[in-house]
Amino acid sequence: MTPRSAFWRGYRDCAPFILIVVPYSMLFGVVAREAGLDLLQTMSMTVIVIAGASQFTAVALLQDQAPVFIALLAALAVNLRMAMYSAALVPHVGHTRLGVRALMAYLMVDQAFAVAVRTYEERPDMTPAIKVAYYFGCMALICPFWYGCTFLGAVLGQAIPPAFSLDFAVPVCFIALTAPLLRSASHIVAAFVAALASVAFAWVPWSLGLIIAAGFGILAGGQAELYLRRKAGAAG
Amino acid sequence: MISDSDFWLLTALLGIGTFLIRFSFLGLLGGRTLPDRVLLHLKYVGAAVFPALFTPLVIWPAATDGQTDPIRLIAAVAAFLAGLRFGVIWAIIAGMSALYFLQFLTSNL
Repeated sequence: MTPRSAFWRGYRDCAPFILIVVPYSMLFGVVAREAGLDLLQTMSMTVIVIAGASQFTAVALLQDQAPVFIALLAALAVNLRMAMYSAALVPHVGHTRLGVRALMAYLMVDQAFAVAVRTYEERPDMTPAIKVAYYFGCMALICPFWYGCTFLGAVLGQAIPPAFSLDFAVPVCFIALTAPLLRSASHIVAAFVAALASVAFAWVPWSLGLIIAAGFGILAGGQAELYLRRKAGAAG
Repeated sequence: MISDSDFWLLTALLGIGTFLIRFSFLGLLGGRTLPDRVLLHLKYVGAAVFPALFTPLVIWPAATDGQTDPIRLIAAVAAFLAGLRFGVIWAIIAGMSALYFLQFLTSNL
């Protein structure tokens, strides 16, 4: 694989997510205009932040007359998961120049991250340069759609009837991202513990329950792997 | 109404904060290797974060003001099973079609 073919491979591997990114970003455009933002404001937020879940959170809280710092904390808490993505990417693409890493950081979105890391684990033969090209291929597909469809949603506005239940595109997106990640017993343990903990900690304010639940899931996954390894070692 | 000054202040700070979160480990640790214990756990970031995000959204949907909606639960299970068996795109198609189909049934019966 050359860097060029890796770029296009990443581009194609992320293609299914267009189905999700289109309604999800349009939905943000619609919701933002309904909350009273103008077109420039809607697009500025989308381009500056590119993190859908936190944009929804921020707009919803501002509309609720929450103080700016509360809206900021909640939206940042939603994005804290990306510190974990950032750490997960270090072994694969951490070798590049600072400027490239800054661009990678700006473009880091859930779908493309999930696809990239899955491919890195499935294809240990990928060289660091190939991994970087693949990463940019993933982001190059998702990000323009994210901007463009937010714009469409903001312009078309009320034209999408609520009967389409586009709100459900958000959890379906995350479900679709999860299923292929459940490759081993310990991955399933991680997902199951995180799901239970997210319900148990749903009362924690400012979306911090998400961070706590993810922490439990990650620990459970790691510990399950260690346990299974010890068991295999003892049996063999 | 959202005031202009509130909006721009929030957007600027959220943009900077989000970038710093994304840049955190890549920026500080780039090139260095992480300890094995950390690497072991990092494999489970995706498998843990996504269920923690979607589970509350499925159980308490904002569209129904947090009332549990059996149709959405069934559609979520359909998406999950299709995802396990057939992959990402089928998860999306199965989830949204199950939702539309069941909503159509319940509103027409």
